[in-house]
Amino acid sequence: MELAWYWTALIAFAIVNFLLVSASVLVYAERKVSGYMQNRPGPNRVGPFGFLQPFADVLKLVFKENIVPVLANPFVHSLAPMLMVVIAMGAGALIPFAHNVVIADMDVSVLVLLALTSISVYGVTLAGWSSNSKYSLLGGLRSSAQMISYELSMGLAVLSVVLIAGSLSLTEIVEDQAGGWGLLGWNVFRNPIGAILFIVTAFAETNRAPFDLPEAEQELVGGYHTEYSGMKFGMFFLAEYVNFFIASFIIVTLFFGGYMLPFEALILGAFPVLVDSAWLTVLQLGSVLVKAGFFAFVFIWVRWTLPRFKYTQLMTLGWKYLLPIALANMLLVALGVALFS
Amino acid sequence: MSIIEKTDFKEALTFWPRHNEALYRRLESKHAWLEDRHQGDGAPPDALDNEMVLNIGPQHPATHGVLRCAVELDGECIEKCVLDIGYLHRGVEKLAESKTYQEFMPYTDRMDYLSPYSNNVAWCLAVEKVAGIDVPERAQWIRMMMSELARISAHLLWMGVGLMDAGAVSVFLWSFQMREDLYSIFDHVTGARLTVSHSRIGGVVSDLDDTGMDMIRDFVERFPEVHAGWVKLLNRNRIWIDRNVDIGILSKEDAIELGMTGPNLRGSGIAHDIRRFEPYLKYDEVDFTIPIREEGDALARYFVRMEEMMESIKIIRQCLDKLETLKGPIRTDNAKRAYPSKNEVYYSMEGLIHDFMYTDTGVTPPKGGATYHAIEAPKGELGFYVQSDGTGKPFRVKMNTPSFTNLQGLEHMLEGGLMGDMVILIGTVDPVLGEADK
Repeated sequence: MELAWYWTALIAFAIVNFLLVSASVLVYAERKVSGYMQNRPGPNRVGPFGFLQPFADVLKLVFKENIVPVLANPFVHSLAPMLMVVIAMGAGALIPFAHNVVIADMDVSVLVLLALTSISVYGVTLAGWSSNSKYSLLGGLRSSAQMISYELSMGLAVLSVVLIAGSLSLTEIVEDQAGGWGLLGWNVFRNPIGAILFIVTAFAETNRAPFDLPEAEQELVGGYHTEYSGMKFGMFFLAEYVNFFIASFIIVTLFFGGYMLPFEALILGAFPVLVDSAWLTVLQLGSVLVKAGFFAFVFIWVRWTLPRFKYTQLMTLGWKYLLPIALANMLLVALGVALFS
Repeated sequence: MSIIEKTDFKEALTFWPRHNEALYRRLESKHAWLEDRHQGDGAPPDALDNEMVLNIGPQHPATHGVLRCAVELDGECIEKCVLDIGYLHRGVEKLAESKTYQEFMPYTDRMDYLSPYSNNVAWCLAVEKVAGIDVPERAQWIRMMMSELARISAHLLWMGVGLMDAGAVSVFLWSFQMREDLYSIFDHVTGARLTVSHSRIGGVVSDLDDTGMDMIRDFVERFPEVHAGWVKLLNRNRIWIDRNVDIGILSKEDAIELGMTGPNLRGSGIAHDIRRFEPYLKYDEVDFTIPIREEGDALARYFVRMEEMMESIKIIRQCLDKLETLKGPIRTDNAKRAYPSKNEVYYSMEGLIHDFMYTDTGVTPPKGGATYHAIEAPKGELGFYVQSDGTGKPFRVKMNTPSFTNLQGLEHMLEGGLMGDMVILIGTVDPVLGEADK
C-alpha cells in the first residue's frame, strides 16, 4: 500500500517527536530505575514524582555556554553531535511500528539499518578527533575498534534472521514471524543463539554499559564527549537514549515478533472485527511499545549492574567468542532452512 | 636589607613550570637504558611508532584525590609512568612542632580521612609510649573497637570506589549506605561524623553509652549479611574477576622491596600484620586471623580486603562482649598526664587549674625521649616517630604513612598495563592523598 506523501510526512513528524519525547522518558526511567536499584528515591523534586526532571535537564543544557576548545576543529566539532542525532533518528524511519505504519518500507531496510549503525561510529570518532584532547581521542579510537569488532557478529546475527525470513525487508521479517503456534513463530524461538548474539552486540553498538568504553567516565573522563558542553553535549545525550531505544525496537522487530500481538492469530480468530481495523493498529503500536520498553529496561538494568569491560576483554569476547559462535549459528540456521523449507 | 629583598621571587614563581618540565624529562628518560629504538640507521621514523604522553590528574575522577600520573602510552598500553605527589602537602610534620601533643591530635584526623579514628589512636599511642602513660583497660577496648569500625569504613570506601572506577556505580551507593550507618555510630560515640578526635592522650574523651553499644551491635548483626550479598555479586562476576586477575602483579620480593604494607603486602603472600606481630592495645587478647593471598595481583588484594572486613567484625564482637562487663575509668587518673574529667574541672579548683595547665602545656615527656610506634591502620603500617625535648611540644615528629609507602609500588604495577587497568590499580593500592602528601 503506497501512502500519500503527506501521510508519510505526518507519520515522520509523529515518529521524530515520539523519539524525542521517549528519550526524555527514558532519561527519567533510567534515573528512577537506577535510584531504586541503589536504594535511593531518584529524582523527586521537579514536578510530580520528579517527572519533569528530564525537561529541567534539557533546559539547563540549552542555557549552558557552548565551549569549543581553542585547538579544536570547530566545523567537525559541531558536525559530530548532529551526525549522532540524525543517524539515531534516521534509523527510526525503517522500523515498522504497526502494520503499514512505517516511514520507509523498502526491500533492503535491513541493509540500510546496518549501514546506519555503521555510520554512527563516525559521530563518536569525529567527536573524539576534533576535540583535540587526548582523552577524547582515546575514546574515539576505542569506539571505532569496538564497533568494527562487533559489527561483524551483529551482521551475522542479522543474516541468520534474513535467512529464515528470506527477505531483507523488516516488514516481511515481522510478517514471517506470524507463523507457528502463538509465540513460537518468533525468531527468538526459531533462532535463540542469534537472538542472544544480537542483544549482546546491540549493547556494544550503542556504547551502553558494560560496553561503554568510549565514554568510560572514570579512566577517560567521559571519553569522546569530554570537551563538549551545552546543547552539543545534550545532543550526544539525546543520541545515546534514542540509540538504545531504537536498538530495543530492532531487537523486538528482528526477534520478538515486532508489532505482532502475542497470539495474534488466536486473537484475530476470536475477534474477527479487529481484522484490518484501526483498533488492530493501535493494539500493535501498544504491543511494540511494551516489548521495546521491556528491552529499554533491560538496557538500564544491565548498565547499573555490571562493571565495564576492559579493552582486551572486549576484543577477546568479540573476536574469539561472538564471531565463531555467530558463524556456527549461521551454518546451523542455513542447514535448518535448507532442511525444513 | 628587608626580608622581601632577600627573597628570590623568581625562584618561587617559576617553581611550577620547572617542576613540570623536570617531571616530563624524568618520564622521557625513564628506562632509557632499556630502549634502543632511537639508535636508528637513519631511516625515517615510522608514523605509527608514536607514543602519546598523557597527563592523568591531579584533577581526574579516578585518581582518588590529587594523585598525578604522567604516563607514556602506546595505544592503550602504559609504557612508562611517573607519579607526582604533593598536591595536598600541608606540612603536618612541621606543624606538630608548634603544637602541644594534645593539640596536634585533631590534625591526624585530616591525614587518612577515611579512618580518622585509627590515626588518632596511632598518635596517642606514640605519645603515651614516649611519655610513659598507662591507659585504662576500658579505654583501650573502646579504642580497639572503634579502630576496627574505622577499618571497615575505610575498606567499604575502597570497595565502593574501586567498583565505581570499574563502572559498577551501584555498588558504590550500597557501600555508602553501610558507611552512613558507621558515620552515625561515630557521630553518636564521638560527637563528629568525620573528624572524630575521640582519642585523648591517656584515654578517650567520652565513654560508650548503651545507645552507642546497641548501634554497634546492630551494625555488627547486619553487616555480615550485606557483606555476603556483595561477595555473592562480585566473586562470581566474570567481568569484575577478569578485570582484576593477573594485573599489577607484585611478587613477594617486589612487595618487600617496594615497601608495600597492609593489605597490599598481605595480598603478595606475606603475613605481616602489626596487630599480630607487635600487638598494641588489646589485640593479643582477641581472636582473629590474618587473611593472606599468594597471587599478588589485584584480585588477591581484593580478596584480602573483603576478608579483613569480616575479621574486623569478629574483633568488634569480642570487644562488645568485653565492654559489657568491663567498667572503669576511660582516662588515666593523673592530671599531669591526661585531662581531668569535666566533673572535676567544673566543681573543684584543682581540677580547673589542671585543665588549664594541661591545655597550656600538656603532657611533657622526658627530655631526649624518642620513640617510634606503629599501628596497623586500614591501609597498612601507620607509624609516628616522636622526639621530645622535655617541653610540652614535640621536638620532631615524623610519620610513616601507609599510603605514601604503597604509592611507591604503583609505578611498578602500572607499567605494562592498560589504560583500563590503571583505574583498577590505583583503586587496589587504595591511596589517600591526604596521608601520602602529609
